[in-house]
Amino acid sequence: MDHQPPPFFKRGPAPLALLSFYVTLSVALLVVDARLQTLEVLRQALSLFTHPVQQFAHLPAQLLDNATGYFVSLSRLQDENVQLKRARLENVTTLLRTQQLEVENERLRKLLAVKERQQASGQLAQILYAARDPYSRRIVIDKGQQDKVVAGQPIIDDAGVVGQVTRVFPFVAEVTLITDKEQAVPVQIVRTGQRSVVFGLGNGQLELRFLPANADVQNGDVLVTSGLDGIFLPGFPVAKVVHIERDTSYSFARIFCMPLAGVENFSEVMVLDPRPAVALPAQLASEAAGREAKPPVRAGQARKKRLRKD
Amino acid sequence: MQTSYSSSRILLPVRPWFIGLSLTVALLLNFLPTAAWPGVPDWLALVIVFWSVHEPRRVGMGLAFLFGVAMDVADASLLGQHALAYVLVAYGASSLSRRILWFPLAQQALQVFPLLLLVQLVQFSVRSMAGADFPGLAYFVGPCLATLLWPVLTFVLLLPQHQPVDRDANRPL
Repeated sequence: MDHQPPPFFKRGPAPLALLSFYVTLSVALLVVDARLQTLEVLRQALSLFTHPVQQFAHLPAQLLDNATGYFVSLSRLQDENVQLKRARLENVTTLLRTQQLEVENERLRKLLAVKERQQASGQLAQILYAARDPYSRRIVIDKGQQDKVVAGQPIIDDAGVVGQVTRVFPFVAEVTLITDKEQAVPVQIVRTGQRSVVFGLGNGQLELRFLPANADVQNGDVLVTSGLDGIFLPGFPVAKVVHIERDTSYSFARIFCMPLAGVENFSEVMVLDPRPAVALPAQLASEAAGREAKPPVRAGQARKKRLRKD
Repeated sequence: MQTSYSSSRILLPVRPWFIGLSLTVALLLNFLPTAAWPGVPDWLALVIVFWSVHEPRRVGMGLAFLFGVAMDVADASLLGQHALAYVLVAYGASSLSRRILWFPLAQQALQVFPLLLLVQLVQFSVRSMAGADFPGLAYFVGPCLATLLWPVLTFVLLLPQHQPVDRDANRPL
Protein backbone atom coordinates (compact mmCIF):
# COMPACT_ATOMS: atom_id res chain seq x y z
CA MET A 1 0.00 0.00 0.00
CA ASP A 2 1.55 3.21 -1.14
CA HIS A 3 -0.20 6.35 -0.01
CA GLN A 4 0.66 9.75 -1.39
CA PRO A 5 -0.10 12.60 0.95
CA PRO A 6 -2.85 14.84 -0.43
CA PRO A 7 -1.36 17.92 -2.11
CA PHE A 8 -1.89 21.11 -0.13
CA PHE A 9 -1.60 23.42 -3.07
CA LYS A 10 -2.86 22.52 -6.51
CA ARG A 11 -0.01 23.35 -8.89
CA GLY A 12 -0.97 21.32 -11.93
CA PRO A 13 1.43 18.99 -13.70
CA ALA A 14 5.13 19.14 -12.88
CA PRO A 15 7.04 21.83 -14.82
CA LEU A 16 9.25 19.28 -16.54
CA ALA A 17 6.22 17.32 -17.74
CA LEU A 18 4.64 20.51 -19.08
CA LEU A 19 7.91 21.49 -20.71
CA SER A 20 8.30 18.18 -22.50
CA PHE A 21 4.66 18.33 -23.63
CA TYR A 22 4.96 21.81 -25.14
CA VAL A 23 8.39 21.19 -26.63
CA THR A 24 7.13 18.00 -28.30
CA LEU A 25 4.12 19.90 -29.61
CA SER A 26 6.20 22.71 -31.09
CA VAL A 27 8.79 20.37 -32.57
CA ALA A 28 5.96 18.38 -34.16
CA LEU A 29 4.53 21.61 -35.60
CA LEU A 30 7.98 22.58 -36.91
CA VAL A 31 8.64 19.25 -38.58
CA VAL A 32 5.20 19.05 -40.17
CA ASP A 33 5.42 22.64 -41.39
CA ALA A 34 8.96 22.39 -42.74
CA ARG A 35 8.80 18.92 -44.30
CA LEU A 36 5.18 18.22 -45.22
CA GLN A 37 3.74 21.74 -45.66
CA THR A 38 0.25 20.58 -44.67
CA LEU A 39 -0.48 23.19 -42.01
CA GLU A 40 -1.72 25.91 -44.35
CA VAL A 41 -5.33 25.48 -43.21
CA LEU A 42 -4.30 25.86 -39.56
CA ARG A 43 -2.28 28.93 -40.49
CA GLN A 44 -5.24 30.45 -42.32
CA ALA A 45 -7.55 29.77 -39.40
CA LEU A 46 -5.12 31.32 -36.89
CA SER A 47 -4.57 34.30 -39.17
CA LEU A 48 -8.24 35.18 -38.69
CA PHE A 49 -7.31 36.05 -35.10
CA THR A 50 -3.91 37.62 -35.68
CA HIS A 51 -4.89 39.61 -38.77
CA PRO A 52 -7.12 42.16 -36.94
CA VAL A 53 -4.41 42.67 -34.31
CA GLN A 54 -1.85 43.24 -37.03
CA GLN A 55 -4.15 45.71 -38.77
CA PHE A 56 -4.53 47.55 -35.51
CA ALA A 57 -0.76 47.63 -35.02
CA HIS A 58 -0.28 49.07 -38.49
CA LEU A 59 -2.83 51.85 -37.94
CA PRO A 60 -0.35 54.45 -36.56
CA ALA A 61 2.09 53.92 -39.44
CA GLN A 62 -0.74 54.23 -41.95
CA LEU A 63 -2.06 57.38 -40.31
CA LEU A 64 1.40 58.92 -40.41
CA ASP A 65 1.72 57.93 -44.05
CA ASN A 66 -1.62 59.48 -44.93
CA ALA A 67 -0.78 62.63 -43.01
CA THR A 68 2.52 63.13 -44.83
CA GLY A 69 0.73 62.46 -48.10
CA TYR A 70 -1.81 65.13 -47.23
CA PHE A 71 0.80 67.78 -46.55
CA VAL A 72 2.79 67.21 -49.74
CA SER A 73 3.28 70.60 -51.27
CA LEU A 74 1.19 71.63 -54.24
CA SER A 75 4.17 72.67 -56.35
CA ARG A 76 5.77 69.25 -56.01
CA LEU A 77 2.60 67.60 -57.21
CA GLN A 78 2.38 69.99 -60.15
CA ASP A 79 6.00 69.26 -61.09
CA GLU A 80 5.32 65.57 -60.90
CA ASN A 81 2.22 65.98 -63.04
CA VAL A 82 4.15 67.84 -65.72
CA GLN A 83 6.87 65.22 -65.70
CA LEU A 84 4.40 62.37 -65.98
CA LYS A 85 2.63 64.07 -68.88
CA ARG A 86 5.95 64.53 -70.65
CA ALA A 87 6.92 60.91 -70.04
CA ARG A 88 3.58 59.77 -71.39
CA LEU A 89 4.02 61.81 -74.55
CA GLU A 90 7.53 60.47 -74.98
CA ASN A 91 6.31 56.92 -74.60
CA VAL A 92 3.22 57.29 -76.71
CA THR A 93 5.01 56.59 -79.98
CA THR A 94 6.41 53.30 -78.72
CA LEU A 95 3.09 52.40 -77.17
CA LEU A 96 1.14 53.05 -80.34
CA ARG A 97 3.64 51.12 -82.39
CA THR A 98 3.62 48.26 -79.88
CA GLN A 99 -0.12 47.93 -80.20
CA GLN A 100 0.18 47.79 -83.95
CA LEU A 101 3.08 45.30 -83.67
CA GLU A 102 1.10 43.06 -81.36
CA VAL A 103 -1.75 42.89 -83.83
CA GLU A 104 0.68 42.20 -86.63
CA ASN A 105 2.48 39.57 -84.56
CA GLU A 106 -0.80 37.86 -83.81
CA ARG A 107 -1.72 37.79 -87.48
CA LEU A 108 1.66 36.41 -88.48
CA ARG A 109 1.52 33.78 -85.79
CA LYS A 110 -1.89 32.74 -87.04
CA LEU A 111 -0.52 32.61 -90.55
CA LEU A 112 2.31 30.34 -89.41
CA ALA A 113 -0.07 28.27 -87.25
CA VAL A 114 2.01 29.01 -84.13
CA LYS A 115 0.19 29.26 -80.81
CA GLU A 116 -0.82 32.80 -79.96
CA ARG A 117 0.98 34.58 -77.15
CA GLN A 118 -1.01 34.73 -73.98
CA GLN A 119 -2.24 38.13 -72.92
CA ALA A 120 -1.15 39.26 -69.49
CA SER A 121 -3.95 40.27 -67.17
CA GLY A 122 -4.16 40.69 -63.45
CA GLN A 123 -5.26 42.81 -60.53
CA LEU A 124 -3.58 45.66 -58.70
CA ALA A 125 -2.48 45.10 -55.12
CA GLN A 126 -0.90 47.26 -52.46
CA ILE A 127 2.15 46.12 -50.54
CA LEU A 128 1.18 46.27 -46.86
CA TYR A 129 4.44 45.54 -45.09
CA ALA A 130 7.55 43.38 -45.18
CA ALA A 131 7.37 40.25 -43.05
CA ARG A 132 9.40 40.54 -39.85
CA ASP A 133 11.16 37.22 -40.35
CA PRO A 134 14.88 38.06 -40.86
CA TYR A 135 15.60 34.74 -42.56
CA SER A 136 13.43 35.20 -45.61
CA ARG A 137 12.50 37.99 -47.99
CA ARG A 138 8.76 38.19 -48.05
CA ILE A 139 6.18 40.90 -48.34
CA VAL A 140 2.47 40.92 -47.63
CA ILE A 141 -0.03 42.29 -50.13
CA ASP A 142 -3.62 43.32 -49.52
CA LYS A 143 -5.27 40.74 -51.78
CA GLY A 144 -6.15 37.26 -50.52
CA GLN A 145 -8.58 34.43 -50.93
CA GLN A 146 -11.39 36.99 -51.06
CA ASP A 147 -9.93 38.26 -54.33
CA LYS A 148 -9.33 34.76 -55.73
CA VAL A 149 -5.56 34.94 -55.29
CA VAL A 150 -3.96 31.50 -55.33
CA ALA A 151 -0.46 30.36 -54.44
CA GLY A 152 1.90 30.48 -57.38
CA GLN A 153 0.69 33.66 -59.06
CA PRO A 154 3.52 35.90 -60.32
CA ILE A 155 3.84 39.46 -59.00
CA ILE A 156 5.24 42.26 -61.16
CA ASP A 157 5.66 46.01 -60.87
CA ASP A 158 6.26 48.65 -63.52
CA ALA A 159 9.88 47.57 -64.05
CA GLY A 160 9.79 43.80 -63.85
CA VAL A 161 9.15 40.67 -61.84
CA VAL A 162 8.92 41.16 -58.06
CA GLY A 163 8.15 37.66 -56.84
CA GLN A 164 5.57 34.96 -56.48
CA VAL A 165 2.61 34.40 -54.16
CA THR A 166 3.53 31.57 -51.82
CA ARG A 167 0.88 31.66 -49.11
CA VAL A 168 -2.67 32.89 -49.26
CA PHE A 169 -4.70 34.03 -46.26
CA PRO A 170 -8.36 35.12 -46.29
CA PHE A 171 -7.58 38.84 -46.68
CA VAL A 172 -3.86 39.04 -47.44
CA ALA A 173 -1.26 37.02 -49.30
CA GLU A 174 2.43 36.42 -48.73
CA VAL A 175 4.77 37.06 -51.62
CA THR A 176 8.26 35.55 -51.75
CA LEU A 177 10.55 38.04 -53.46
CA ILE A 178 12.85 36.90 -56.25
CA THR A 179 15.79 37.79 -53.99
CA ASP A 180 14.74 35.19 -51.40
CA LYS A 181 17.12 32.28 -50.98
CA GLU A 182 14.41 29.76 -51.78
CA GLN A 183 13.14 31.41 -54.93
CA ALA A 184 14.22 30.55 -58.47
CA VAL A 185 13.02 32.08 -61.74
CA PRO A 186 13.66 30.50 -65.16
CA VAL A 187 15.12 33.25 -67.34
CA GLN A 188 16.57 33.98 -70.74
CA ILE A 189 19.37 36.41 -71.61
CA VAL A 190 17.88 38.91 -74.06
CA ARG A 191 21.10 39.50 -76.02
CA THR A 192 21.97 35.85 -76.70
CA GLY A 193 18.76 33.95 -76.03
CA GLN A 194 20.61 31.71 -73.56
CA ARG A 195 18.24 30.04 -71.09
CA SER A 196 19.08 29.58 -67.44
CA VAL A 197 17.64 29.84 -63.95
CA VAL A 198 18.28 32.78 -61.66
CA PHE A 199 18.36 32.16 -57.90
CA GLY A 200 17.93 34.61 -55.05
CA LEU A 201 20.92 35.05 -52.74
CA GLY A 202 19.09 36.43 -49.72
CA ASN A 203 21.10 39.66 -49.64
CA GLY A 204 19.19 41.60 -52.29
CA GLN A 205 21.11 40.14 -55.21
CA LEU A 206 20.47 37.27 -57.58
CA GLU A 207 22.83 34.69 -59.05
CA LEU A 208 22.73 33.10 -62.47
CA ARG A 209 23.93 29.57 -61.80
CA PHE A 210 25.16 26.64 -63.87
CA LEU A 211 26.50 28.61 -66.80
CA PRO A 212 29.97 27.50 -67.96
CA ALA A 213 32.93 29.74 -67.14
CA ASN A 214 33.27 30.75 -70.79
CA ALA A 215 29.55 31.49 -71.28
CA ASP A 216 28.67 34.52 -73.37
CA VAL A 217 27.45 36.81 -70.59
CA GLN A 218 28.42 40.46 -70.18
CA ASN A 219 27.87 43.07 -67.55
CA GLY A 220 24.63 44.87 -68.27
CA ASP A 221 22.90 41.91 -69.91
CA VAL A 222 19.17 41.92 -69.19
CA LEU A 223 17.44 38.72 -68.12
CA VAL A 224 13.77 38.19 -68.93
CA THR A 225 11.47 35.36 -67.92
CA SER A 226 11.70 32.47 -70.34
CA GLY A 227 8.22 31.18 -69.56
CA LEU A 228 9.38 27.57 -69.59
CA ASP A 229 8.11 27.00 -66.06
CA GLY A 230 4.48 27.43 -67.09
CA ILE A 231 3.99 30.03 -64.34
CA PHE A 232 5.65 33.26 -65.46
CA LEU A 233 4.64 34.63 -68.84
CA PRO A 234 7.67 34.97 -71.12
CA GLY A 235 9.32 38.33 -71.67
CA PHE A 236 9.07 40.11 -68.30
CA PRO A 237 12.36 41.73 -67.25
CA VAL A 238 13.82 40.12 -64.12
CA ALA A 239 17.37 41.28 -63.51
CA LYS A 240 20.49 42.85 -64.93
CA VAL A 241 23.96 41.30 -64.75
CA VAL A 242 26.22 43.47 -62.59
CA HIS A 243 29.27 41.36 -61.79
CA ILE A 244 30.86 38.26 -63.31
CA GLU A 245 33.58 36.15 -61.69
CA ARG A 246 35.24 33.80 -64.12
CA ASP A 247 37.52 31.49 -62.15
CA THR A 248 39.06 28.75 -64.26
CA SER A 249 39.37 26.47 -61.26
CA TYR A 250 35.58 26.18 -61.18
CA SER A 251 33.56 24.84 -64.03
CA PHE A 252 30.84 27.44 -63.61
CA ALA A 253 31.01 31.22 -63.76
CA ARG A 254 29.64 33.17 -60.82
CA ILE A 255 27.26 35.71 -62.28
CA PHE A 256 25.64 38.23 -59.95
CA CYS A 257 22.57 40.19 -60.97
CA MET A 258 20.50 43.01 -59.50
CA PRO A 259 16.71 42.85 -59.73
CA LEU A 260 15.21 45.37 -62.14
CA ALA A 261 11.92 45.71 -60.30
CA GLY A 262 11.75 47.77 -57.13
CA VAL A 263 11.87 44.63 -55.03
CA GLU A 264 12.61 46.45 -51.78
CA ASN A 265 10.26 49.37 -52.48
CA PHE A 266 6.83 49.87 -51.06
CA SER A 267 4.52 50.56 -53.93
CA GLU A 268 1.72 49.04 -55.88
CA VAL A 269 2.22 45.74 -57.65
CA MET A 270 0.27 43.69 -60.14
CA VAL A 271 -0.86 40.16 -59.32
CA LEU A 272 -0.85 38.36 -62.66
CA ASP A 273 -3.57 35.80 -63.27
CA PRO A 274 -2.37 32.22 -63.22
CA ARG A 275 -1.26 30.98 -66.61
CA PRO A 276 -3.58 28.46 -68.19
CA ALA A 277 -1.97 25.07 -68.54
CA VAL A 278 -0.01 24.68 -71.75
CA ALA A 279 -1.80 22.36 -74.14
CA LEU A 280 0.47 19.45 -74.94
CA PRO A 281 0.54 17.75 -78.33
CA ALA A 282 -2.08 14.98 -78.50
CA GLN A 283 0.31 12.05 -78.09
CA LEU A 284 2.13 13.56 -75.11
CA ALA A 285 -1.16 14.57 -73.49
CA SER A 286 -2.49 10.99 -73.56
CA GLU A 287 0.79 9.78 -72.00
CA ALA A 288 0.63 12.43 -69.31
CA ALA A 289 -2.99 11.58 -68.54
CA GLY A 290 -1.93 7.98 -67.95
CA ARG A 291 0.68 9.09 -65.45
CA GLU A 292 -1.50 11.78 -63.88
CA ALA A 293 1.44 14.00 -63.11
CA LYS A 294 0.78 16.71 -60.56
CA PRO A 295 1.43 20.19 -61.94
CA PRO A 296 4.13 22.10 -60.03
CA VAL A 297 2.75 24.86 -57.84
CA ARG A 298 5.95 26.81 -57.41
CA ALA A 299 8.61 27.25 -59.97
CA GLY A 300 11.30 27.47 -57.33
CA GLN A 301 10.50 24.23 -55.60
CA ALA A 302 9.98 22.27 -58.77
CA ARG A 303 13.31 23.45 -60.08
CA LYS A 304 15.12 22.69 -56.87
CA LYS A 305 13.87 19.13 -56.77
CA ARG A 306 15.05 18.54 -60.29
CA LEU A 307 18.46 19.95 -59.49
CA ARG A 308 18.80 17.77 -56.46
CA LYS A 309 18.04 14.69 -58.47
CA ASP A 310 20.78 15.43 -61.01
CA MET B 1 4.09 38.29 -5.62
CA GLN B 2 7.42 37.22 -4.29
CA THR B 3 9.93 38.59 -1.87
CA SER B 4 12.80 40.36 -3.50
CA TYR B 5 16.05 42.09 -2.72
CA SER B 6 14.52 45.53 -2.55
CA SER B 7 11.23 44.47 -1.03
CA SER B 8 11.22 47.00 1.77
CA ARG B 9 7.91 48.02 0.29
CA ILE B 10 5.27 45.38 0.01
CA LEU B 11 3.57 45.04 -3.35
CA LEU B 12 -0.13 44.51 -3.92
CA PRO B 13 -1.13 41.23 -5.59
CA VAL B 14 -1.05 41.41 -9.37
CA ARG B 15 -4.31 41.74 -11.28
CA PRO B 16 -4.73 39.02 -13.95
CA TRP B 17 -6.19 41.46 -16.49
CA PHE B 18 -3.06 43.56 -16.25
CA ILE B 19 -0.90 40.55 -17.18
CA GLY B 20 -3.14 39.94 -20.18
CA LEU B 21 -3.04 43.58 -21.15
CA SER B 22 0.75 43.78 -20.97
CA LEU B 23 1.15 40.62 -23.06
CA THR B 24 -1.28 41.96 -25.66
CA VAL B 25 0.52 45.29 -25.83
CA ALA B 26 3.81 43.41 -26.29
CA LEU B 27 2.23 41.42 -29.12
CA LEU B 28 1.06 44.67 -30.73
CA LEU B 29 4.57 46.12 -30.42
CA ASN B 30 5.94 43.01 -32.12
CA PHE B 31 3.43 43.37 -34.94
CA LEU B 32 4.57 46.93 -35.72
CA PRO B 33 6.15 47.10 -39.18
CA THR B 34 9.74 47.26 -37.94
CA ALA B 35 11.27 44.78 -40.37
CA ALA B 36 13.58 47.50 -41.70
CA TRP B 37 15.35 47.97 -38.33
CA PRO B 38 17.20 44.82 -37.31
CA GLY B 39 17.95 45.70 -33.68
CA VAL B 40 14.39 46.00 -32.38
CA PRO B 41 13.98 43.84 -29.26
CA ASP B 42 11.46 41.02 -29.11
CA TRP B 43 8.95 42.70 -26.77
CA LEU B 44 6.84 39.61 -26.30
CA ALA B 45 9.82 37.50 -25.21
CA LEU B 46 10.81 40.23 -22.74
CA VAL B 47 7.33 40.45 -21.19
CA ILE B 48 6.96 36.66 -21.05
CA VAL B 49 10.30 36.45 -19.23
CA PHE B 50 9.21 39.23 -16.88
CA TRP B 51 5.95 37.58 -15.86
CA SER B 52 7.55 34.13 -15.70
CA VAL B 53 10.06 35.55 -13.25
CA HIS B 54 7.59 37.55 -11.18
CA GLU B 55 4.47 35.38 -11.40
CA PRO B 56 5.57 31.87 -12.31
CA ARG B 57 2.25 30.46 -11.06
CA ARG B 58 0.15 32.58 -13.41
CA VAL B 59 2.20 32.91 -16.59
CA GLY B 60 3.82 29.76 -17.79
CA MET B 61 4.54 27.65 -20.78
CA GLY B 62 0.92 27.42 -21.93
CA LEU B 63 0.56 31.15 -22.52
CA ALA B 64 4.06 31.29 -23.98
CA PHE B 65 3.11 28.58 -26.47
CA LEU B 66 -0.11 30.33 -27.52
CA PHE B 67 1.58 33.69 -28.05
CA GLY B 68 4.45 31.96 -29.85
CA VAL B 69 2.08 30.37 -32.35
CA ALA B 70 0.39 33.75 -32.89
CA MET B 71 3.81 35.27 -33.62
CA ASP B 72 4.62 32.47 -36.07
CA VAL B 73 1.44 33.00 -38.04
CA ALA B 74 1.89 36.77 -38.20
CA ASP B 75 5.60 36.60 -38.88
CA ALA B 76 5.58 34.29 -41.91
CA SER B 77 8.09 32.07 -40.13
CA LEU B 78 8.03 28.31 -39.60
CA LEU B 79 5.03 27.32 -37.49
CA GLY B 80 6.37 26.47 -34.04
CA GLN B 81 9.60 28.45 -34.25
CA HIS B 82 8.61 31.22 -31.83
CA ALA B 83 6.48 28.79 -29.82
CA LEU B 84 9.44 26.54 -29.09
CA ALA B 85 11.68 29.47 -28.16
CA TYR B 86 9.08 31.07 -25.87
CA VAL B 87 8.20 27.79 -24.14
CA LEU B 88 11.87 27.07 -23.40
CA VAL B 89 12.48 30.58 -22.15
CA ALA B 90 9.34 30.56 -19.97
CA TYR B 91 10.53 27.34 -18.36
CA GLY B 92 14.00 28.75 -17.81
CA ALA B 93 12.67 31.99 -16.35
CA SER B 94 10.20 30.34 -13.97
CA SER B 95 12.79 27.89 -12.69
CA LEU B 96 15.29 30.71 -12.13
CA SER B 97 12.73 33.13 -10.71
CA ARG B 98 13.62 32.60 -7.04
CA ARG B 99 17.27 33.27 -7.72
CA ILE B 100 16.82 36.20 -10.10
CA LEU B 101 14.54 38.14 -7.73
CA TRP B 102 17.18 38.22 -5.01
CA PHE B 103 19.47 40.42 -7.05
CA PRO B 104 19.25 44.19 -7.50
CA LEU B 105 17.81 45.32 -10.82
CA ALA B 106 21.08 45.73 -12.73
CA GLN B 107 22.19 42.23 -11.82
CA GLN B 108 18.71 40.88 -12.59
CA ALA B 109 19.17 42.23 -16.09
CA LEU B 110 22.48 40.37 -16.39
CA GLN B 111 20.74 37.15 -15.37
CA VAL B 112 17.94 37.73 -17.85
CA PHE B 113 20.31 38.36 -20.76
CA PRO B 114 21.16 34.67 -21.40
CA LEU B 115 17.45 33.86 -21.42
CA LEU B 116 16.72 36.50 -24.05
CA LEU B 117 19.72 35.34 -26.05
CA LEU B 118 18.30 31.83 -25.87
CA VAL B 119 15.15 33.03 -27.69
CA GLN B 120 17.22 34.15 -30.67
CA LEU B 121 19.56 31.15 -30.54
CA VAL B 122 16.70 28.65 -30.54
CA GLN B 123 15.06 30.39 -33.49
CA PHE B 124 18.38 30.60 -35.32
CA SER B 125 19.14 26.90 -34.82
CA VAL B 126 15.63 25.92 -35.95
CA ARG B 127 15.87 28.03 -39.09
CA SER B 128 19.42 26.95 -39.93
CA MET B 129 18.24 23.34 -39.72
CA ALA B 130 15.53 24.27 -42.22
CA GLY B 131 18.21 25.71 -44.52
CA ALA B 132 18.39 29.44 -43.77
CA ASP B 133 21.53 31.57 -43.71
CA PHE B 134 23.00 33.47 -40.77
CA PRO B 135 20.99 36.71 -40.65
CA GLY B 136 23.88 38.84 -39.43
CA LEU B 137 25.07 39.94 -36.01
CA ALA B 138 22.38 42.63 -35.85
CA TYR B 139 20.01 39.78 -35.06
CA PHE B 140 21.61 39.55 -31.62
CA VAL B 141 21.45 43.28 -30.90
CA GLY B 142 17.78 42.92 -29.96
CA PRO B 143 18.43 40.86 -26.79
CA CYS B 144 21.13 43.35 -25.70
CA LEU B 145 18.70 46.27 -25.98
CA ALA B 146 16.01 44.24 -24.24
CA THR B 147 18.42 43.59 -21.36
CA LEU B 148 19.01 47.32 -20.99
CA LEU B 149 15.25 47.78 -20.89
CA TRP B 150 14.77 45.31 -18.02
CA PRO B 151 14.90 47.90 -15.15
CA VAL B 152 12.54 50.23 -17.03
CA LEU B 153 10.15 47.38 -17.73
CA THR B 154 10.25 46.26 -14.11
CA PHE B 155 9.29 49.75 -12.98
CA VAL B 156 6.47 50.11 -15.50
CA LEU B 157 4.94 46.67 -15.07
CA LEU B 158 5.09 46.75 -11.26
CA LEU B 159 3.60 50.25 -11.11
CA PRO B 160 -0.02 49.08 -10.62
CA GLN B 161 1.10 46.95 -7.68
CA HIS B 162 2.72 49.79 -5.75
CA GLN B 163 0.83 50.83 -2.65
CA PRO B 164 0.14 54.45 -1.89
CA VAL B 165 2.59 55.64 0.73
CA ASP B 166 0.70 56.90 3.78
CA ARG B 167 2.75 56.73 6.90
CA ASP B 168 0.96 56.26 10.18
CA ALA B 169 2.89 57.78 13.07
CA ASN B 170 1.24 55.48 15.60
CA ARG B 171 1.90 52.29 13.65
CA PRO B 172 5.42 52.46 12.23
CA LEU B 173 5.18 49.18 10.32
